[in-house]
Amino acid sequence: MYDIKALYEASSVEDAIKLRLEHPDAQILAGGSDVLVQIREGKRAGKELISIYMIDELRGVTLTDSGDIRIGSLTSFSHITKNEIVKKYINVLGEAVDMVGSPQIRNIGTIGGNTCNGVTSADSASTLFALDALVELTGSSGKRIIPISDFYIKAGTVDIKPDEIQTAIIIPQEKYDGYKGHYIKYAMRNALDITTTGCSVNVKLCDDKKVFEDVRIAYGVAGPIPMRAKTAEAFIKGKAVTEDTALEFSKQVLNDINPRDSWRASKAFRQHLATELAYRALKECVKLCGGEM
Amino acid sequence: MAQYKLVRCTINGKEVEQMVDVRASLTDMLRNDYRMTSVKKGCEVGECGACNVLIDGECFNSCIYLAVWADGKHIRTLEGLMSKDGELSDIQQAFIDEAAVQCGFCTPGVIMSAVEILESGRDYTDDELRKLLSGHLCRCTGYENILRAVRKTLDKRLGKV
Repeated sequence: MYDIKALYEASSVEDAIKLRLEHPDAQILAGGSDVLVQIREGKRAGKELISIYMIDELRGVTLTDSGDIRIGSLTSFSHITKNEIVKKYINVLGEAVDMVGSPQIRNIGTIGGNTCNGVTSADSASTLFALDALVELTGSSGKRIIPISDFYIKAGTVDIKPDEIQTAIIIPQEKYDGYKGHYIKYAMRNALDITTTGCSVNVKLCDDKKVFEDVRIAYGVAGPIPMRAKTAEAFIKGKAVTEDTALEFSKQVLNDINPRDSWRASKAFRQHLATELAYRALKECVKLCGGEM
Repeated sequence: MAQYKLVRCTINGKEVEQMVDVRASLTDMLRNDYRMTSVKKGCEVGECGACNVLIDGECFNSCIYLAVWADGKHIRTLEGLMSKDGELSDIQQAFIDEAAVQCGFCTPGVIMSAVEILESGRDYTDDELRKLLSGHLCRCTGYENILRAVRKTLDKRLGKV
């Protein structure tokens, strides 16, 4: 038995919003692979919960008329990885969420829960930052769409108003069209481990494949929340696709990131990882784009 | 104040219903209300896989799945693998043949993951199988025998041997 004060089950988004207003202290429960575990550990014990897990309208991946990719917030990691739209246009996201936990966790864990948690180590988050994803929130006065970089406020805190739930993650067409992405998770073991530091890169090369037209790079666990390395991005734009560019780019990320010492790894090791992962992920992206280095 | 909800579902093909405490995990419901004791209580935080069951064809750790979410779902546990005449299924027999069982605590969970793999009807490399079985902790066998049992059953079902 879980130590739960009361459970309110939402049957629709509207219902969830109503429950949010009626029970302002209640915790939202999606797949539960974080919240239920925290209750078991005593951290969130004795609280009221609003379960949104049964709201099927929040599941699935669709391509909108404008070419954007819309991922319902309750779509599980495994369904994202298996989805044909994801495989075709943003395979990097499918690969990134295929590194979360274990097969069973990837069946219960949702992309909405992963981002609403506000943790820097979330395997979906760095790739969503690198894709300039948008977050759709639905509340009593309608929908609100904000950039994922604004959604994260500080460690463990995201921008969800008291009457809102997150309803979708949107990847705009101009952010994925022509780009190839690669994510590297560094952890101590292959399954059931939290990322020590993770790096996600998106690359668009010029037509002749010899110049970087655009590069976006984002990290998990290189700071209190997922973050982009904007100095490195500005540096590489318009540079030739060479080994030297890649090496300099990977050094430039140190201007942007802010990792800390923790029991999992030291700051120095995370800085080393950030540089090395930037180089390797960039190289892989160039290869996926059909370029050579 | 205790809060209860009626949960209707099918367990191993049989339609059942029961008033369930909303605080119960699916592990609690399966073990206490339906005596499905193959569903083990291990870590209870979704790490060890001993409580793994199939819900609508996918593997879930039932310890971090609320019992009330099972409403309307098709649940399968190890008990459902036994044939009408009491014989073991091919994957269970393979676990015995390959000595993939020692203390046996992780076995029902691993076998249910194997069932999802086998019923997908496709082949996998050994690396893929390792990844698909990675949600289980076994402190006895060293995993090699488990992998071999799944490999051999998969090959047999695909007509490769």
